[in-house]
Amino acid sequence: MIEIRNLHKSFGDLQVLKGVSMEVKKGEVISVIGASGSGKSTLLYCINGLEPIQGGEIVVDGTDVHAKGTDINQLRQKLGMVFQQYNAFPHLTTLENVALAPRIVKGKSKAEAQEIAKRQLAHVGLGDKLSVYPSKMSGGQQQRLAIARALAMEPTYMLFDEVTSALDPELVGEVLDTLRLLSDDGMTMIIVTHEISFARDVSDRVAYFHEGVIEELGPPSQVIEAPTSARTKAFLSNVR
Amino acid sequence: MRSLPDLIDAGFKTLEVAVEAMILGVIIGLCLALIRLSGRFGITWIATIWVELARNTPALLQLFFFGFGLGAFGINLSPYWIVLCALTFNNAGYLAENFRGGFRAVPDTQMKAARSLGMTATQAYLRIVIPQVLRIVYHPMTNQMVWSVLMSSLGMLVGFHELSGETQFLASKTFRIFEYFAVTAIIYYVIVKLILAASRLISWRLFRY
Amino acid sequence: MLSVAQSVQVFTGFQVSDLWYMAEAAGRTLLISIVSISIGTLLGCVFGWLLSISRWWGVATLGPILDAFRSIPLIIQLILFFNFFPIIGFPLDPFAAGTIVLTFYTAALVANVARAGIEAVPLPMRRAARSLGMTYWQDLRYVVWPIGLRAVLPAWAGVALGVLKDSALVSVLGYVELLRASQILITRTQEPFLVLAISGAFYFLLSFPISRATARLESRWQS
Repeated sequence: MIEIRNLHKSFGDLQVLKGVSMEVKKGEVISVIGASGSGKSTLLYCINGLEPIQGGEIVVDGTDVHAKGTDINQLRQKLGMVFQQYNAFPHLTTLENVALAPRIVKGKSKAEAQEIAKRQLAHVGLGDKLSVYPSKMSGGQQQRLAIARALAMEPTYMLFDEVTSALDPELVGEVLDTLRLLSDDGMTMIIVTHEISFARDVSDRVAYFHEGVIEELGPPSQVIEAPTSARTKAFLSNVR
Repeated sequence: MRSLPDLIDAGFKTLEVAVEAMILGVIIGLCLALIRLSGRFGITWIATIWVELARNTPALLQLFFFGFGLGAFGINLSPYWIVLCALTFNNAGYLAENFRGGFRAVPDTQMKAARSLGMTATQAYLRIVIPQVLRIVYHPMTNQMVWSVLMSSLGMLVGFHELSGETQFLASKTFRIFEYFAVTAIIYYVIVKLILAASRLISWRLFRY
Repeated sequence: MLSVAQSVQVFTGFQVSDLWYMAEAAGRTLLISIVSISIGTLLGCVFGWLLSISRWWGVATLGPILDAFRSIPLIIQLILFFNFFPIIGFPLDPFAAGTIVLTFYTAALVANVARAGIEAVPLPMRRAARSLGMTYWQDLRYVVWPIGLRAVLPAWAGVALGVLKDSALVSVLGYVELLRASQILITRTQEPFLVLAISGAFYFLLSFPISRATARLESRWQS
């Protein structure tokens, strides 16, 4: 379980997260929606320790992410993250991209790591692109590579930061399908997204962020279909 | 043309000092770049001064410094060492700038992706960042290698018998200055072309993406 | 017949007048550099333009010739050139010889830069210009020049600064520019460190304005 308690985060003078609290249980799929700059992506970076926090705490499976003694590299193996800009490693083939971390972080043998990689790549539909370099693949394919790469570490939780925002419209579908597949597999996921209908279809709960706080949190039938807060209503009407 | 073997011998000396200066320059240049990038104010100024001096003063001046300048303090280096020190000093300065630019050109999102997979900082640098930096700085590094070879010719002014020095020596014996230097010019041209060809070959094997 | 006292006076310390001497020599460094860089740049642009429009046979002939200037040490070029003319009975003074060699050297370097600049201009933009009715030369002047210039200004500045420093090599021919002046002073004052340090400072002062100006132009164009 991921527990976030009263999280405060600032960039210099700019306060981005102003007391965020929520819980993510095993197997849950939570979508995070909201306007740009409302702090959604920053939340994810705080959860896996890529950004330091100024107040509150984040506890993943009993370990405080930002405590002094925490082995952050160990912890990150549990938290898979996929970014908006895919960030495929350009100098490695698809297979090498996915097999690298299991080998050097988890210490698996080369053969084992490649087995894992092949399995994950087949799962996301890239089984025939093993020796292709990322630069030769479309954005959608690179993003699926990034997902397979994160999955190869066998994480408990997956964090998705607006993974379809940088894609051409016709490529968005294949990535969303992959996300659906993962949620069917039972993966615990926090998905930051602009795709409201996708969020409604896939999530167990939806969190609407407004200016650094959670304005509304609940099942899609509430937050998206019948929001109680005026701000949520305003945001959704602008987006539809 | 009986002197051709002597010239070719001297040509090897040129390559020797140029390659050594290049290797040392890469190592020192990398250190300088990392110091400047780390931003620890205590030591960045040393690196910055080195780089700015190396890049804004003539190579000949640097050569004279290691030759005559150190002489003022009683340090008299042999011609070979004067050339090696000067070339290394110069290379390190230019390469440091190239490396610094290379590091900044790799998006820091690469680092983020690597770290979020659980890699330590060291692993991320060695496996992900540095290979990409290498690709970016490869062409400038080749240019610097060519530069090293060309600059080594200044050794003739401090008495080092590399290719130019040897040519000067032989030419002054026979007074056929033009012929000797013309041959040497051709030898340099060939050496440079060989270096460029080798560099292209290596890059073709290293960077298949 | 020098007395002991008089012979000792051959080595005098560094004086203020020496600073002027060096400044004057620095001026001559600047002179030879400005002449070579300006003419060399003009020539280089022409060569670069020729390279960009030529078929393979044009590039195959002009290319290697310009290459030669970049593949042979400058000092060798200077010595060759300087010793070539007496052979055909036409002695040149160091300033002229040095300037001519530096000019062609600059031109060869600028040719590459110019070619890169021309090729950096996206073809669609040039097509747009021509379809508006501009002539080939108008396209070059109003479209290629401004865009290409912004693309390669740092590279050109690098070449210019390089030539400024390489002008020191003309001292080999006997031209008394800054480095030669330094050597003369070192022999007289026996204070190599001081003289070289001041000389370095002069070179710095000469290069700095160019780097700063380039950086400022670049940032102005970014916005």
